[in-house]
Amino acid sequence: MISHLPILQVIVPLMAAPICLLLKRSQLVWLFSLFASAIAFIISVLLLQQVMTSGVISYELGGWEAPWGIEYRIDKLNAFLLLIISAISTVVLIAAQTSIEKEIPKEKHTLFYILYLLSLTGMLGIVSTGDAFNVFVFLEISSLSAYALIALGQDRRALWASYQYLIMGTIGATFILIGIGLMYQMTGTLNMQDLSQRLPEVAQTRTVFTAFAFVIVGVCLKLALFPLHLWLPNAYAYAPSIVTAFFAATATKVAIYLLIRFTFTVFGLSFSFTTLPLQGLFLLLGLTGIFVASSAAIYQNNVKHVFAYSSIAQVGYIIVGLSTSTITGLTATLLHLFNHALMKSAIFLALGAVVYRLGNVQLSSFNGLGRQMPLTMAAIVIGGLSLIGVPLTVGFVSKWYLLTALLEKGWWPVAILILLGSLLAVIYVWRIVEAAYFKKPLADSVPVKEAPLFFLIPIWLLITANIYFGIDTRLSLQVASAAAQSLFGVSP
Amino acid sequence: MKDLFAVVMLLGIYSLLSASFFVAMDAVDVAFTEAAVGAGISTLLMLVVITMTGRSEKTTRHKPWLALLVVVFTGGVLIYGTFDMPYFGIADAPIHSHVAPRYINESMKEIGIPNIVTSVLASYRAFDTFGEVVVIFTAGIGVMALLSVGRRPEEDEKTTAINDSMHEEYLVIRIVTKMLIPFILLYALYVQFHGDFGPGGGFQAGVIFAAAIILYTMLFGLTTARKVINQSFIQFIAAAGVLLYGCVGIVSMLNGANFFDYNVLASDPVAGQHLGILLIEWGVGCTVASVMIMIFFNFAGRREMQQNNEKVNNIEGDSL
Amino acid sequence: MIIGLFNDWVVVVLMMIGLYIVIAHGNLIKKIVGLAIFQTSVFILYISMANVEGGSAPILAEGIKQFSNPLPHVLILTAIVVGVATTALGLALVVRIKEAYGSIEEEDIQHLDNKTQDETEIQATEGDQS
Repeated sequence: MISHLPILQVIVPLMAAPICLLLKRSQLVWLFSLFASAIAFIISVLLLQQVMTSGVISYELGGWEAPWGIEYRIDKLNAFLLLIISAISTVVLIAAQTSIEKEIPKEKHTLFYILYLLSLTGMLGIVSTGDAFNVFVFLEISSLSAYALIALGQDRRALWASYQYLIMGTIGATFILIGIGLMYQMTGTLNMQDLSQRLPEVAQTRTVFTAFAFVIVGVCLKLALFPLHLWLPNAYAYAPSIVTAFFAATATKVAIYLLIRFTFTVFGLSFSFTTLPLQGLFLLLGLTGIFVASSAAIYQNNVKHVFAYSSIAQVGYIIVGLSTSTITGLTATLLHLFNHALMKSAIFLALGAVVYRLGNVQLSSFNGLGRQMPLTMAAIVIGGLSLIGVPLTVGFVSKWYLLTALLEKGWWPVAILILLGSLLAVIYVWRIVEAAYFKKPLADSVPVKEAPLFFLIPIWLLITANIYFGIDTRLSLQVASAAAQSLFGVSP
Repeated sequence: MKDLFAVVMLLGIYSLLSASFFVAMDAVDVAFTEAAVGAGISTLLMLVVITMTGRSEKTTRHKPWLALLVVVFTGGVLIYGTFDMPYFGIADAPIHSHVAPRYINESMKEIGIPNIVTSVLASYRAFDTFGEVVVIFTAGIGVMALLSVGRRPEEDEKTTAINDSMHEEYLVIRIVTKMLIPFILLYALYVQFHGDFGPGGGFQAGVIFAAAIILYTMLFGLTTARKVINQSFIQFIAAAGVLLYGCVGIVSMLNGANFFDYNVLASDPVAGQHLGILLIEWGVGCTVASVMIMIFFNFAGRREMQQNNEKVNNIEGDSL
Repeated sequence: MIIGLFNDWVVVVLMMIGLYIVIAHGNLIKKIVGLAIFQTSVFILYISMANVEGGSAPILAEGIKQFSNPLPHVLILTAIVVGVATTALGLALVVRIKEAYGSIEEEDIQHLDNKTQDETEIQATEGDQS
């Protein structure tokens, strides 16, 4: 069975989804999805172990060898991503039953879990496949389920946000489809490994430039890279809390994975960063993204909006890391992928707990909440500190590596700008801390109790991980730097 | 064009024209699907939606310059990209000389069916097709999550009465359709089994099958159709299709080969391939047909609910 | 060259018409129509690259040597399905939006949203003062 792990990774949640439709009873479906997600998590741990010890795993679907059939190709990079996605998904699912009880009508609970599992399947599929067209298919599975999940939000604005996301997402996916088509036309193959060998021959043609441009723009639409981020804040703010916690931690990560995969593996480092001005472009867009989004976060009154904008800013940091195109820079990027997933899922889950008790997340409702929901608010504060990059949290580790990478390159002005960007994060986190701990509750507000246990367990699991990986960085750093080195073709 | 009805009909015509273009380009399978889906199902869905949302568009158009700029720029990049493309129809372009020749030359020996598109779709790239089935399944679940309405039995009685009286007007159409439906269903089965030899296969068959049911629903009313085909039964079939497809893969895995390796399904590899393709085509057909019906039922059910609400409102308004 | 690439240029023009409709039109159904045109044009791009001069449909038969490339056909079969799935979901959203907002024009919806946004903010500031 061990040799089938790569496909089981995707098939387990996939087959669980239709089975859920047959099970019907929502309690049962919840347990079953949790079970499926946990199995996916265990598989990803085993896969990562296997990859770290014995190198790349290739799995030929249907038994047809690579360029003719579809190949699953697990290297250090995607094993790392698989671990992040399935871990977050499992932890978030623990709180799902409690949270959607208040946010989604009873008869739709089963459908919610099916869509959740399908979305998980889509993301795992994108990450594990080694075939360019297969990426498109699984991208659509994850996007279609994402649109439906977001539209399940209570507010009517969720519908509008989901529609906008659908339009932008479909344009993005179609751009990727065009790009893949052009690449296929020039090389005659769809397998990524085969593409990377055959593309250099035709790298100087205008068609390949165009293909590259379309793939990158399409991925950046999904990634919500500034200035293509407009769909994101509302989608995150009005989606059901569980969905936000899951997507904020994973969806953009998968898009970043695609970006790395296409720029580094398929098109090759020298083509992406030397022949084309991608480096400057990424640096510029990343930095503008950090500042525009962080400043926007300061002026939001809906706390979910605050952290949604902060997500766009974090994408900015990740892209700046990529733009250095050095091993340290890429390590910082990968570390930040992992760390950001930990902090954002914790924060959004905590916000979900606030929604559960209060029914909204307006900043004014947070007044005095520090005393009423101490554990939940403490989690938000630690998550916020991690976002800022305070020592002893994971945020510090990845910022540290990012700064090292920038200084190695001699880009000290950029490093200063990054530090300034963190100051903006201090401001928007402080507004929440101020409301929660230093303001009195509104006169007409009803006192609330601490969040239920099913919220506190996953939240504090994630927060503990936030601190643990902030102090003991061996595990995450080892994997991240090994993955970065293998992308640069250096054997560790 | 402000009239959305005209817009939708033109879109249908565009789909049909591109389907005939596909025939001219020798892509018969694709043409078949495009005609059934683009010109058929999606036009139909759009028409249903227009009856719910109104058929005229407001005149204002926002950001036309920005849009034009984006479009001209993107188009420019694409045109720029075309200059180094291999010319149209040239036989030694890279696309025809790297991966494809194996499909053309070896598929008869390896898979044993004449339609190469079916061999590639169902065996060489079976996983893509599996993904495609899951996409359709996702869409069905998504539409259900958005549009499903809880049904109350006592209301059904009333609507049946209304529907019955309404449909007596179309007596000729009803009788002709009743005669046609068995033939459409038979044709769907033919397409399902003929996919190995000519254009067709599970997907097209599923759409045609769904079309027959939808036709029936349109003429005899949703309630009558629901009596014939029960909602949870459709859901069951949709899930079963995906599971059947996946289980073929799992069985080959249990037999010691890779996922979707049909060679091990029977003692002879070619017979195994036949069996595998037959089974997964059934999976595709079941899921596609039931999801299409499910989507249509949900749209139509929503529409019925809206109309009932309006009626109730009107009656209340009158009594005041 | 003109004949060799003419097909591609027509496809590009079709695609851009679709994309223009998506961006410039405020009506939600029309946007979905635009998306459908955009996607269908991409299908044409794939299918025309599969064509071989003098080839025939990729169904093996006696006496035929030259076939069109079957792989793009397979890819596009999948893409058509994805397209109709997206359309169905988009239309379902439009129906719900019409119910929730009473309009399917982008401007009206944005206007209504801004109003609700303002109202919540006013409530929030009032709450702070009290």
